[in-house]
Amino acid sequence: METEQRKIAFICSKGDLDMAYPALVMGWAALGNGIDVTIFFTFWGMDMITKDRQKHLELAPVANTSMKMRLMGLPTGTLGIPNLMGIIPGMTAFTSWFMKKKIAEVGAPPVDEYLQMLVDGGAHLYACKMTVDMFGLKKEDFVEGVEDIVTASDFMDMTEGSQIIFI
Amino acid sequence: MTDLVNVALNAEGFMIDPNQWTKEIAEILARQEGIDVLTPEHWRIIDFCRTTGLASGKAPTLRQITVGTGISTKDLFALYPKGPAKKVAKIAGLGKPEGCV
Repeated sequence: METEQRKIAFICSKGDLDMAYPALVMGWAALGNGIDVTIFFTFWGMDMITKDRQKHLELAPVANTSMKMRLMGLPTGTLGIPNLMGIIPGMTAFTSWFMKKKIAEVGAPPVDEYLQMLVDGGAHLYACKMTVDMFGLKKEDFVEGVEDIVTASDFMDMTEGSQIIFI
Repeated sequence: MTDLVNVALNAEGFMIDPNQWTKEIAEILARQEGIDVLTPEHWRIIDFCRTTGLASGKAPTLRQITVGTGISTKDLFALYPKGPAKKVAKIAGLGKPEGCV
């Protein structure tokens, strides 16, 4: 039974803690199911592969309409975290710490460890050339596992026949 | 020589009753998954999955396997290439893993 090899490519454009996880979770599931995985990091998504940023992704409470206080166990119904409270120094650190705790509770590893699992499972990671130029980054700034810095056009070539998911 | 004639499988090829499982059945299922010979390393993973899977009623996820056995992700993917999540559970006579990690 010869079936065509299924391929998935993710474009990670966000650097917030919560937005790092969709590609990690789905990419890992894809590898587990024998699907080829390529991940292209661009704009803020670059934080996911930058050595001095990867372990410090954050989640800000300001202007976050989904993060309700009840997530923290408070009996506050659907009340959000007031933006005015969100500007207090330390609030972003607090919500980031809280989200990391929730993620750990379901057995999901931190971003750096998760990404390494994907690399070990055979995922291919690439950094966006335009962002690298824009932010003055170099290949050495990235974690091991990032194979190359490529252009958008290279990405199009290497993902021919892939399903593409933009995050 | 055992075959799969009397083994109940679901539509995706997972065994319905994990108690029907034998080492011989595992070897046949492995061959169907493209693994011709089950080495001691393969068995270490299968044994771990059998133990935890029968205790919890759920096939362990890949991360539970690597953490539980100490076998690295790289080695796990090398031993069970192209989709270890389903392959291991299938060969171990368990259902499809339900967890995401």
